[in-house]
Amino acid sequence: MSTATTPVVIPGIGADAQRPDGVAKVSGDFAYASDLWMPDLLWGATLRSPHPRARIRRIDIAGALRHAGVRAVLTIDDVPGRRTFGLLMPDQPVLADAEVRYVGEPVAIVAADHMDQARAALEQILVDYEPLEPVVDPMSAMAPGASVVHPAGNLLRHFRLRRGQHGRDDGDVVVRSVYTVGTQDQAALGLESSLAFPTRDGGIEVQAPTQWAHEDRAQLAASLALPIERVTVVVAGIGGAFGAREDLSVQLHCALLARATGRPVKMVLSREESFVGHVHRHPARMEYEHRATRAGRLTAVRARIVLDGGAYASTSPKVAGNAGAFATGPYAVDHVQVDVFAVRTNNPPNGAMRGFGATQVCFGHEAQMNRLAGELGIDPLELRRRNALRSGDVTATGQTLRGVVAVTEIVDRLATMPPPAATTVSALRRPGGTGNTTRGEGVVRGIGYALGMKAFCFTEGFDDTAEARVTLRAGEQGPVVEVRSAASEVGQGISTVQVQIARSELALATVVLLPADTTVGSAGSSSASRQTAMTGGAVRDACIAVRRQLFARAKSAGLTGHLTLDAARVHAEGGTHLSVQALLEEGPIEHTAVHRHRETTPLDPATGQGDGFVSFMFVGHRAVVDVDAELGLVRVVDLGTVQDVGLALNPQAVEGQIEGGSAQGLGLALMEEVQLDEGRVRNASFTDYLIPTAMDMPRVRSVILEHPDPDAAYGVKGAGEPPTISSGPAVVAAVEQAIGHPLPQVPVRPEHIVAARLATAGDRLTR
Amino acid sequence: MTFQVTVNGRRRTVTAGGAASLLDVLRDDLHLPGTKGACEEGECGSCTVWLDGEVVCACLVLAVQAADRDVVTIEGIGGDGRHPVQEELIRTGGIQCGFCTPGIVMAAADLLHRDAEPDEDVIREALAGNLCRCTGYTKVLDAVQAAGRRMRGQGLDA
Repeated sequence: MSTATTPVVIPGIGADAQRPDGVAKVSGDFAYASDLWMPDLLWGATLRSPHPRARIRRIDIAGALRHAGVRAVLTIDDVPGRRTFGLLMPDQPVLADAEVRYVGEPVAIVAADHMDQARAALEQILVDYEPLEPVVDPMSAMAPGASVVHPAGNLLRHFRLRRGQHGRDDGDVVVRSVYTVGTQDQAALGLESSLAFPTRDGGIEVQAPTQWAHEDRAQLAASLALPIERVTVVVAGIGGAFGAREDLSVQLHCALLARATGRPVKMVLSREESFVGHVHRHPARMEYEHRATRAGRLTAVRARIVLDGGAYASTSPKVAGNAGAFATGPYAVDHVQVDVFAVRTNNPPNGAMRGFGATQVCFGHEAQMNRLAGELGIDPLELRRRNALRSGDVTATGQTLRGVVAVTEIVDRLATMPPPAATTVSALRRPGGTGNTTRGEGVVRGIGYALGMKAFCFTEGFDDTAEARVTLRAGEQGPVVEVRSAASEVGQGISTVQVQIARSELALATVVLLPADTTVGSAGSSSASRQTAMTGGAVRDACIAVRRQLFARAKSAGLTGHLTLDAARVHAEGGTHLSVQALLEEGPIEHTAVHRHRETTPLDPATGQGDGFVSFMFVGHRAVVDVDAELGLVRVVDLGTVQDVGLALNPQAVEGQIEGGSAQGLGLALMEEVQLDEGRVRNASFTDYLIPTAMDMPRVRSVILEHPDPDAAYGVKGAGEPPTISSGPAVVAAVEQAIGHPLPQVPVRPEHIVAARLATAGDRLTR
Repeated sequence: MTFQVTVNGRRRTVTAGGAASLLDVLRDDLHLPGTKGACEEGECGSCTVWLDGEVVCACLVLAVQAADRDVVTIEGIGGDGRHPVQEELIRTGGIQCGFCTPGIVMAAADLLHRDAEPDEDVIREALAGNLCRCTGYTKVLDAVQAAGRRMRGQGLDA
């Protein structure tokens, strides 16, 4: 198993800790899902729809069944249980059911002795399609009389936020603008892959790179018509996730083929398939209106936001809720009117990606703050300081903020960040790198800032739980702590943190993290920046219970008074002690804990008001860019960030999250966009879909603030998502400042920069 | 066709179809899955190996092109121990999901064998063909610089 880890020396919480899987990962020994293998293995392949929308008249699989090496060819009628699946609502057919709704939708699956045979057999499946007119524009999908994409209707959710006397037009100044954000691909390097095999009890085991093993299991059991206890999901080695592994990809197809053939089946998508094999970040169209007094006090915000959900729901309704809840950013504003629409189209489905709705709206609310600052003649950071949310303030969703709210501190720390070196003349560092054939005559520098806000843990009253089991047993060389949970290690470092917590709570050297699978209860998803607080909290709770039981044994064995645990001994106040190893002779101590965060409630459906979020994360970025204004090329020369993480259990890993998350925001700002043409992905490769390289990404200056959350375990706030939320908007602001023109379209492309410069002077930013 | 290739110092006999890539042969026939595939077109660098001492993307090399040549993969780079780049990636935290790590180790080790004191721009250029989605590269750069120091015998914190 990928996650089998050798005991390594990992410190307790608060210290930089190396990964327990680090040695395996640098040595090439770590087994990712795509490395899995079993004897007698068959290979699966998927036939996908070439049409954005079509009726299926007939599917003829006879030719494929005759193809050399083929063991099974399955269509929707071979699904023994529920014919649909989905994370929030089961609205997507397991395989196309009478109609295809996006290019790339799975239509049939094949298992064969060799991958080449499986892929060749796909060409022998004859599908008689009747193409239909697709709906590819979300605005037209919302229009009255629009063609209905799905029996459940085109509207996935209309999220309403109403606060104060909405509709007011007070305030001295008003800025209005429309912003668009493109579709971002998670672009995890590990491709979708799974291995499934029948088990002796008539069930199935699926090894999959999933963010949430138990959610996969529930969906698998429903469609396989198996009792849930006969379905085991093992978290296989994950090559990055970023939201793309919340929904099922190949798991269910792999399991269906294994059930049909009675043999192990492996599936691995190609990179091209991967672009339609998982959901993307929703593209957004955002109309904003901000009003403020001449003194720079925000009075009212209105926004109307449309998210293209694609053909199936995935997490669209929740993304819409988040986009609405955080549409005003980390600012106090009395009058708020926000409408978010998540809409179905015949585009590939969109869903979770790091930031989950808060990332898109940050481009909008931060650009608005900059335009407002320009209108008012106030420094953009000063305007943010004047309107920053503070402890005791009420958020746009009506929640009173408790604990330290670090927004003003973030602003102050950004303002005092040391300036980067002056423009460098190195050709390599010029915008466009060595591809820039000028001598840098057209290069101008700009500085931009952005602040972001998001809740951590699941939202809108979700009863979020995580389970962990801790066993303390006598090992050959002394006591051993075993930690088990189903938390998915996607690279973020939850494996390290679990070991650190057990080290700290039980003060023992040897902590072994067991593989993550469904033989323990759900840890919830490695999403929503929640896993350290939730599974970390469960490990802590279990350790505390184990320690209590150990102390009870020590008292039975004669120790009295207040007991402490240190260096593999239980100490009593008078200096007497007993070895933990000796206390474990009568047997191991085990405890399984289920951790819950404080209770939250659903938001009012009419107003979006309530106590819907556990707590909030705040972040800010400063970007410094060099822009070749004539060629439209951008080099981010410096990226700095300030983030309140509550408490950094593993500071090195927190920095890693901040650096990597900032890179994904930079990518969205400048280069990353899944481009669609009539629902067809035009750039389904790493040649055409660009992500930041070592040449594009500056070193990140990270300032980590630690203001403990009053409710969460150890006071941690999430760390994973905020860096991706505000880094992109800061980069865009810096480019705008450099060229003196607004850039409302993200990603910012060279042609936008050149066109903005050529536009009339009336559009000029006054900053 | 059947041919011989030296992989990590061992002479191996391989039978592969004409269209098979070196990556296919390493992973599927020689059971060396440490070399990763993520893009199949030489863009991501996950499959970086050394062919006669030169850095190549194994997905772009036909297997037969490796006939009678010398291949070093992630499984062979450290000999019996670990290469300084591997040690430093662990120490600096330049690994998250780790999928790009084998390729980065091979590219960085190649650089440091040519130039043990590269400046940051040189490291960035050497790693420009290795995509990493998790780290943002900051700690990877730290690791390569520290490995260079270690190789120059100046100690870790020099």
